[in-house]
Parts: sequence; structure tokens; C-alpha cells
Amino acid sequence: MKFAVIVFPGSNCDRDMYHAVKDQLGEEADLVWYKEANLADYDAILLPGGFSYGDYLRSGAIAATSDIIAQISKAAKAGKPVLGVCNGFQILLEMGLLPGAMLPNEKLKFMCHYETLIVENSDTMFTRSYDHQEKIEIPIAHGDGNYFCDEQTLRELRDNNQIVFTYDQNPNGSVGNIAGIMNEKGNVLGMMPHPERAVEALLGHDDGRRLFESILTHWREQHAINA
Amino acid sequence: MPSMLEINPEKIEDQRLYAEMGLKDEEYRSICSILGRRPNYTEVGLFSVMWSEHCSYKNSKPLLKKFPTEGAHVLQGPGEGAGIIDIGDNQAVVFKIESHNHPSAVEPYQGAATGVGGILRDVFSMGARPIALLNSLRFGSLSQPRVKYLFEEVVRGIAGYGNCVGVPTVGGEVQFDDAYNGNPLVNAMCVGLIDHKDIQKGIAAGIGNTVMYVGAKTGRDGIHGATFASEELSEESEEKRPSVQVGDPFMEKLLIEACLDVIHHEALVGIQDMGAAGLTSSASEMASKAGTGMTMNLDLIPQREQDMTAYEMMLSESQERMLLVVEKGRKEEIANVFRKYNLEAVAVGEVTDTKRFRLVHHDEVVADVPVDSLAEDAPVYHQPSRIPEYYEEFQRMEPYVPKPLDYLSTLLNLLKQPTIASKEWVYDQYDSMVQTNTVVTPGSDAAVLRVRGTEKALAMTTDCNSRYLYVDPEAGGKIAVAEAARNIVCSGGRPLGITDGLNFGSPENPEIFWQMEKSVEGMSEACRELETPVIGGNVSLYNESFGGQAIYPTPIVGMVGLIDDVAHITRSHAKKSGDLVYLIGDTYAEFGGSELQGLLEGRHFGKAPSLDLQTEVNRQKQLLTAIRSGLVASAHDVAEGGLAVALAEKLFENELGCEVILEGDLTSELFSETQSRFLVTVSKENKQSFEHIITDAHQIGTITEDGVYRVKQDTVVVLEEQTSTLKEAWKGAIGCLVKSKG
Repeated sequence: MKFAVIVFPGSNCDRDMYHAVKDQLGEEADLVWYKEANLADYDAILLPGGFSYGDYLRSGAIAATSDIIAQISKAAKAGKPVLGVCNGFQILLEMGLLPGAMLPNEKLKFMCHYETLIVENSDTMFTRSYDHQEKIEIPIAHGDGNYFCDEQTLRELRDNNQIVFTYDQNPNGSVGNIAGIMNEKGNVLGMMPHPERAVEALLGHDDGRRLFESILTHWREQHAINA
Repeated sequence: MPSMLEINPEKIEDQRLYAEMGLKDEEYRSICSILGRRPNYTEVGLFSVMWSEHCSYKNSKPLLKKFPTEGAHVLQGPGEGAGIIDIGDNQAVVFKIESHNHPSAVEPYQGAATGVGGILRDVFSMGARPIALLNSLRFGSLSQPRVKYLFEEVVRGIAGYGNCVGVPTVGGEVQFDDAYNGNPLVNAMCVGLIDHKDIQKGIAAGIGNTVMYVGAKTGRDGIHGATFASEELSEESEEKRPSVQVGDPFMEKLLIEACLDVIHHEALVGIQDMGAAGLTSSASEMASKAGTGMTMNLDLIPQREQDMTAYEMMLSESQERMLLVVEKGRKEEIANVFRKYNLEAVAVGEVTDTKRFRLVHHDEVVADVPVDSLAEDAPVYHQPSRIPEYYEEFQRMEPYVPKPLDYLSTLLNLLKQPTIASKEWVYDQYDSMVQTNTVVTPGSDAAVLRVRGTEKALAMTTDCNSRYLYVDPEAGGKIAVAEAARNIVCSGGRPLGITDGLNFGSPENPEIFWQMEKSVEGMSEACRELETPVIGGNVSLYNESFGGQAIYPTPIVGMVGLIDDVAHITRSHAKKSGDLVYLIGDTYAEFGGSELQGLLEGRHFGKAPSLDLQTEVNRQKQLLTAIRSGLVASAHDVAEGGLAVALAEKLFENELGCEVILEGDLTSELFSETQSRFLVTVSKENKQSFEHIITDAHQIGTITEDGVYRVKQDTVVVLEEQTSTLKEAWKGAIGCLVKSKG
């Protein structure tokens, strides 16, 4: 399986995402500079965390207007897995691929530590290796991670099982304790916590590993490819 | 005439305008004799920044010579952007600490943020990828609203910059004392990793080669920052807010990636960041180091504002700028590398064989001075020193022994002291995990990062207990180095070397200069014994505030150690019940400069704890051997607040309990700050092997499951409390102090 890790100016979790896929999953991965426009060869698109364009306008807002965005939308439309983590999630919101918006954390401070997440939907291409309602440890690192949407949208997210992860203890004020949501089709996932930081026990926890394994297993099944 | 508005040399001399820029009369005369004429306004500016303490070390040079700077593994000692130490496999670790005290005192967010930016550039300009940031902060009492503001904004500034550039902030220290009420200290350290073949130098070699400028445009911010940093803070400091630069971490991130790309280009000859004294220092130092000269056309300097004068451009400390020297005729190739990152690299000058620094602006020569006169020929002052009266008085005192205490309330009070209390409020705001190498996150004795692709890891810490340095600078200097080494050893590492951030008051005060002398002597001796050479650092003097109160002598030690195998990584927290608790070393009644003394008496006096370096070295070696043999479950040094605090800190992470039996004078056993002691836990099956290696380990108790911190004397319980209650006091203290309206 071939993963594209999109690198915007100011992305800073791009290498972490790359290592998670390449070294831990053992699959092919490329760091794709945002000016390189062709994503046709890739089976999955990963939008890493960081501060694209310094997040100077609004988190993810400038990246969401760059040329490569059309390619990302195309991949999403084609049903390829698209994962946005942290700034990547913010970009997906700004692109409109996912509903809602990000506000500054309730306490108005950047925060970085492990959080316990609850897997609300384990029937997705991103979470099939987890149990339903399983509690997993994944770190967060963000200043604007307070997810917001109106009540109507929240109802829809719930009705369609689009809420994939919630926080066990809400750290940032997110509506409905939301930590990660997907699109209706189920192939675009945005989440604030960083699964790519939790793929090796040496660094604390490896609960994030199964998220990448889920993507791989799903792809293998789809294309009848043996491990 | 360079500019109609510019003040002429005659006026500069008559009105002693050079003095406003920080030059002394004799320094001005010396410049006149170097040039054989009076310097013009721009030239006075060049000399004033290059001859400031910040750039020239004119007051500290004689002291810095005392530091041991060589060692078998040192690849680069002091003199370049940062020092470098070999870690095997053709890799090396690059690190340096730098202060940003004065800017942070007037504009804390930007002052701290640009301090981080500056130290990052020192490291990546060597060709290294920055892998970690640490810091060492000092503030006054959190009961003061201004101090609270400085504290909150400094932390936010460090976070704002470090988080954005994607370099994890993994460790550091924060201490609070009235001595820093008007003059906080903000020292930032950066650690980088490099392949030997990529090591760069800041040299302008090759006559005819092109000088290129890349990064942010030059503005009027930070003009005279280096001079500002070399004065006491005063009422007028607020007016020097324009001397504080504004940081752009996004630009820095682009520069990091672009520079780490361009170092692989064969046309690159030299690279240096524009730090203090901006264009002036980078350009003149690069030429001086190469034994060449340089001509620059200031019309070509990318400018943020209109009608900037030569003086303003040369003295601007606008951030995120780099100077490169590239082979003649190849500037376009280099510019192309930067273009990928949306950065414009422009040719601004040429390397010459004249050994002169020549600046042209609007077709006029606006400065022409010998390069070495700027970079090398600053005067060196041997300041007079005098033993302060307070020190002699402290030495004459009978040893201070605290009055009888209630042990539990004393322990709770100590745990709530902001210097001891949990720093989670601080480090939670730092991204400590980006780059996914951080094995031990903030909160243990030292931070540990694995070296990807190897079995190795790096341990790193910053340390300095300035209270000891105040009561006895020589003893305190030794302790600062020894304590840093203890933290590295407790993590399973072998100390490799240090970078020092020397923060003092005015060197022109003989008593302050004495503090500097003695501190450096103490540190040097410890560095020699512990085999940790000084590979670079920074001097920040004139840390005095309104009314002339100097800070405590605060020479911060930034230390890096090598862990041969990630399996040796050890944390400070006790792991499981049933493990045996050992105290390594004996305890004496030593309370001078202690946390308990500060708590009870509101000041520090008497003799500092004594330190026998031979004992220190032996214990560290033994402990490291035990750790490497897999015999140690957790290791923590006994520091501020003594054994009672160290024991509590060991239990917090996993909310375990302990049952410890102590003998002798309990106040000393619990709270004395006798040096060279370690508190370790060992599983029962390793008891014999452990005791065989560690010759002076005393088994004082066991870790228990019940979550109760319990200390007995013989069979009598003398101190008992739920670990969770102690933890609550310790964990919430700083947040409470920040929130409280005082």
C-alpha cells in the first residue's frame, strides 16, 4: 500500500506520520510537497499536524486554499482513505470535507499530553482493529482543538455514526466530547489526537498503531491483496 | 554625505554620542586610533555592538578561559554557533544555551519566543537538525502581579515559538525567588543531531565568493539589542521596547528545512545566523574567521521598511535571517534551493582579500573598518574583584539548624513551594512529543530522546540552584554541574559535556565580579572531575533591576548525556510495590541555602552544603554501573527539600505508598540538602547484586501498595499521609498561585 504524507509549508508532524507508516507498518510512504500536484499513484492520503503557514490566518485556512487541495478532494471523492490529524483535521474542516469548525481550547492554552479516547465507531476503515467503546491512550498537542458545530450537525453526526472518537475527559471544550469525526461515506477521518505519536511502546503507548493497521487491512481486503 | 540627517563625526565626539551607544571614552579613542580618523555614525554603531559584552565577552573572557573545553569526543568547542560532541556511528550531538533576559523583562512573549528562535538558528546553522528544546527560567515571587504576567507570557512565548517550528520542548527548570523580581531570567537551550559529514562552519572563505542573504526582511526592530542586553535594567528600559524583536516561527520553520537542504549543496562555503548584532556580527565574524574581508552593498539588503539608514540596517536584530557565502557564479543554484520553500536568497556582497569590512549604501562608502577590529580586537577588561561582606559573615556563622518542626505540615509546605511544585502547568503548554523521539517527557530528572535508527538515546537537562551560588559561589558552581550530571546518570546516561548560561549582575561591581570568578572556578573544577567539558555557552551580565539589586549568581548548566542502549533508560518514579528503597550517601545537617531555610526564615544564609567531588564521581559511576546492569527500577537525585520531598516525588506518578524507617536527627534526615545523594528503588531479587555494586547504599524502606507515604523512627510513625493528598498539594500549587489575585 502506498501512502502520501502531504507536506505544507509549516507542517511539522509530517515525518512522524511518515515513520509511523514506513517503519512501523512497513508500507510504502512518500513525503509529498504541496506543490507536487499528482496524487493518482497513492492509495491513501495523510494530512499531518503542525502549523501550516504558521496558522497565522486561522488554523488550516491558508493550506485549504493551496493547489494540491483539488487533488485531495478528488482522492476523497474516489473513496480513498483520507486521514487528517490535528492541523490536518483543521484543514479538512476548512476544505469543507468535514462539517464544523475549530475554536481555541476552552482554557485558551496550548496543551500536550496523553488523553483517553473512546472508540465510538469501530466499524470504519480507520478503526476496525479496535473494539466498540474501547478506551485507548493517544496524545493531544493543540491550541485550537475545541470542535464546534451546530445542534443540527451534531444530530446528523450522531445519527450517521460519524463520530469516531470522543474524549473520556473533555480537555478542550469540544461539542459532544468529540475528538474525531468522519464524512458520511466513511473514508475521510479528521481527529485532533495524534495516533502517529502512539505507535511504539518505547515512547509510551502504541494504541495508535491499530488505526494505521485498520487502513491497511481494509485496503488489502478491497483489493484482494495478501499480507 | 551618507545621509543629510546623519550626525557627523565631530558631533559624535563633541557630544560623546558614542556613550549613548554604550561605548566608553577610552573605547572611542581606541577606535579612532584603529581607523586613524574619527569613525562616522554607522561605524560607531558597528563597534558599539561588536564591542558590547554580549558580542565580545570583554568582561568575562578572562574567566571563560578557565573552563576545560577539550575532550576526546569534542568535535567543536566554543567559538562557533554551537558546540559539537561525537556520539559514535558518525553522528554527533550539537547543543547550546542562550539567554534572552533583558528582552523578556520588557516584552515577555516576544522576548522568550525570539530567545527560542535564536538558539534554534545557532544549532541548525551548524548543519544539525534541532531535535529538542529546553529552558531554564527564573522569576520573582508569584505573589506580585507583574511577575505573574512575566511568568505566564514567557511560558506562552516559548510554547508559541517551539510548538510552531515543530521542535519538542522536552525539559527545563523554573525557580522563583525575590532576587529575580525585577529581572527574570529566560535561558533557552537547543539540542541538535548531525552526521559528521554535514558539519558546517560560519566562514567567509574564497576571495570573490558571493555573500547571500536569506530569510526575513530587515526592519527597524531590535536595533541595538546587543547593547541593550549589556546594561542594567532601569526605568527607561520600558522605552527600549523597540530593542525587542518580533519572532516569526513560520519563517523559522521554512529556514530550518531550507538550510538543512542547502548544506548538501556543494556550492555552499559557509553559513551563519544573524543573531545579536545582526548583519554586523554575522558578516564580520565570518570574514574574520576566514582571514578575509567583505564588501556589502546595503541597497541589496531586503528591507521591510522604507528609507532605512546604513546604521539601522547594520544594527537591526530582525529575526529569522541567515547569511551564506557561496562559490562565485553559483548564486542562482543556491537561490533555487531556497525558492522551493518560498524563500528568496539574494546576493548582497563579496568576499575580498582586504581584511576590511566595507559597506556601500546609495553609491557611497558608509563604513570601512578592519574586519578583525570588530570581531577580535574588542578590549578585554580584568575587572577588580572583592569578597562581599555578606559572604564573610555567612562563613563565620554557626551552622544553621532549623527549629523543631511539624514534619507533615513542613513537607506539605515544601511541596507547595513553586520551585519544588509540579511544573505541569508550564510544560503542558509545550509540545514535548513532536518528532516522535521523546521517551522520557518533562517531569523526570532528565528528558530522554531516542536516536532514531540506533539503540542509543540522549539524556538532557538544565540545572542551577542559585541559592547555593548566592551563599557560596564556588561551592554552588560545583553543585550546579554535579547536579546536572546526577540527573543524566539517574536517567541511565553518561554525561558528555555542558553548555553554560552565565547570568550575573554588573561585572563592574567588584563583589559581583567576585561571584563570577568563584562560580566559574567551582564549575571548572567539577567539569574537570566529571569529565564534562564546556563546549559553548553564553554570558548575560548586568542583570540588575531598578534600584541596583543584582540577581543571584545564576550560571545555568545545560548538560547532555549518552545512553548506550534504550534498555538502560531509567525514570525517577517508583514503579511497583514491594521494591526496596535505597538512599545512596550519608546525610548531614546542611541547611544553608536550602528550601527549608527559605521557607522558615524568608532568606538564605550560612554555608552552602559541602561537596566532595571524588565521592560524587564515584557514586555516579557506581550508580550508572548498577543501572546499566539492569538492577535499578527507578533513580532520583535528592535535591531541593531533601529526602522527604524526593521520596514524595518518587511516589506521585504511580500513586504508590512507602514505608521508610529513618534514624538520627529527623529534621536533617528529612529536609537537609546534603549533596551527592540518590534515592533509588530496586526489586527484591536484585538486592544482593545492587548492594555489591553500590558501596554506600542504605536500604531505608520499601514501596507499598496502600498509597500511604509513611516514615517511621524505630517503630513510631512520625510522618504519615495519603500520597494522593501530597500529590494534590504539589500538582496544583503553581496553577493556584497564577490564578490567585495577589
